[in-house]
Amino acid sequence: MSLLRSPSRGAATSLVRPIKLSRTTRSRARTGQPLGPDRDQNRQTRTALAISVLVALTLMAVDATGRPNSAVEPLRIGAAEVFGPLEAGADAAVRPVTDLASLLVHSRELQADNTRLTDENAGLRAELATGEVDRNRLAEYDALAGITDRTGFKLVNAQVVAIGPAQAFRRTVTINAGTAEGVKKDRTVVNAAGLVGRVLRAGRHTATVLLVIDAGSVVGGRLDRSMELGFLRGNGSLGADGRLVLDLVDPDSVPVNGDTIVTWGSRGGSPYVPGVPVGTVREVQAKAGDQSVTATVEPFADMTSLDVVGVVTGTRQPRGTSGGAVGGAQ
Amino acid sequence: MIVIRPLITLLLVLVTVTVQVGLFTKLSIAGVVPDLALLLVVAAAIVRGPAYGTVLGLFAGLAVDLAPPADGIAGRWALALALAGWLAGQARGGARQPAVATVATVAVSSLAATSVYALSGLVLSEPGIDVASTLEVLPIALLYDVAITPLVVPLAMLVWRWLDPTPVRW
Repeated sequence: MSLLRSPSRGAATSLVRPIKLSRTTRSRARTGQPLGPDRDQNRQTRTALAISVLVALTLMAVDATGRPNSAVEPLRIGAAEVFGPLEAGADAAVRPVTDLASLLVHSRELQADNTRLTDENAGLRAELATGEVDRNRLAEYDALAGITDRTGFKLVNAQVVAIGPAQAFRRTVTINAGTAEGVKKDRTVVNAAGLVGRVLRAGRHTATVLLVIDAGSVVGGRLDRSMELGFLRGNGSLGADGRLVLDLVDPDSVPVNGDTIVTWGSRGGSPYVPGVPVGTVREVQAKAGDQSVTATVEPFADMTSLDVVGVVTGTRQPRGTSGGAVGGAQ
Repeated sequence: MIVIRPLITLLLVLVTVTVQVGLFTKLSIAGVVPDLALLLVVAAAIVRGPAYGTVLGLFAGLAVDLAPPADGIAGRWALALALAGWLAGQARGGARQPAVATVATVAVSSLAATSVYALSGLVLSEPGIDVASTLEVLPIALLYDVAITPLVVPLAMLVWRWLDPTPVRW
């Protein structure tokens, strides 16, 4: 405004236009083009960011301090009721495709053996067409039924429908059996080859299973040859080299390559029932600092191709010595 | 539209997370799956701005945190995706930005999200996370996210524009 009262006439005429311009700029700012909304948006963004970060941090704090029975657990179970069936449905929808893919892999493996199997090849191919994967699955079910017969454990069969991604840094899977089928928290999960893991939580028709190779998993194990006890911790490996690390309770005992390890068993068979084969000792290392040794154990169950699993729902103690040792052990 | 729009958004998040957890695990590379939820959030942030991207990131991340078989401490993906949504919104060049800019935005957001998730795990001493495994996962996740960007992000951007056709002022 001071410019209007400019003392020089010549200067005043030349300043008329700048004044008009500044006025339009000011009015534009008032009606919202473009300064105002930018500031509004910035404030909105800051608010959204602040609230989101606060909500996330609060949730983390609540869940981290209250585990495993934090206030977030009901939310997880709620999410399992929603996402569990969705995952199972999605898995069922693409199973024909994934089965076909694994069928192709199978047939490629077969071709490597071609020299030996040339004369059988035609027959094999015909059989492949009838469903190699289906028959493999059937064989797994049969083997699981065999476990039930041998040990007296009651098993509920299920399939793996979703696998936790490597980005999550955990080794967990979703299976398509839940409380409606008798699956409960802290039940042992096995497959035809051996121990798979334990149930972390169960929804109505799905459950989340913590694999034994997860870095947070600890299983009590027993060397079958020496009956020595130890703890098996997962190495959390995200790839195919999932292994267990065995720490023996008695530091003087030395495991030998090839030793088989079975579960020691928890009181009441939860989370782990006794006598389930876990894996084979593959490597024995002396621990730095003391005399004790640790052994690397390769699990019997192939964690990269889990499909049919069984959840132990009945905990009838098997006959024999291991049942008696369980009570005294813990 | 006032009820339908949030419903569709919710449905989108449900479908995205289901596909990510249920189907993409079958296409994993060394166990790493593409972060579909992240791509949805980035697309929303590009079309709708950083505030919307942040809030959608929070909810989508929460779904990833809670959907089975996830068992990490909840809130970590929520934090990661909210920050990614904010970041993508800040870097956006508008709904009609060049494709290269979109890919770059996805790359930066993916790196940020995976790092924030891993870092929060390290801070909370979650099992299974160390620097080595993080460095192993980060590049694969980044490349995989970028690789499926052309298939997912343009479509997601279309959906977000269709959901709310009023142009966002820049």
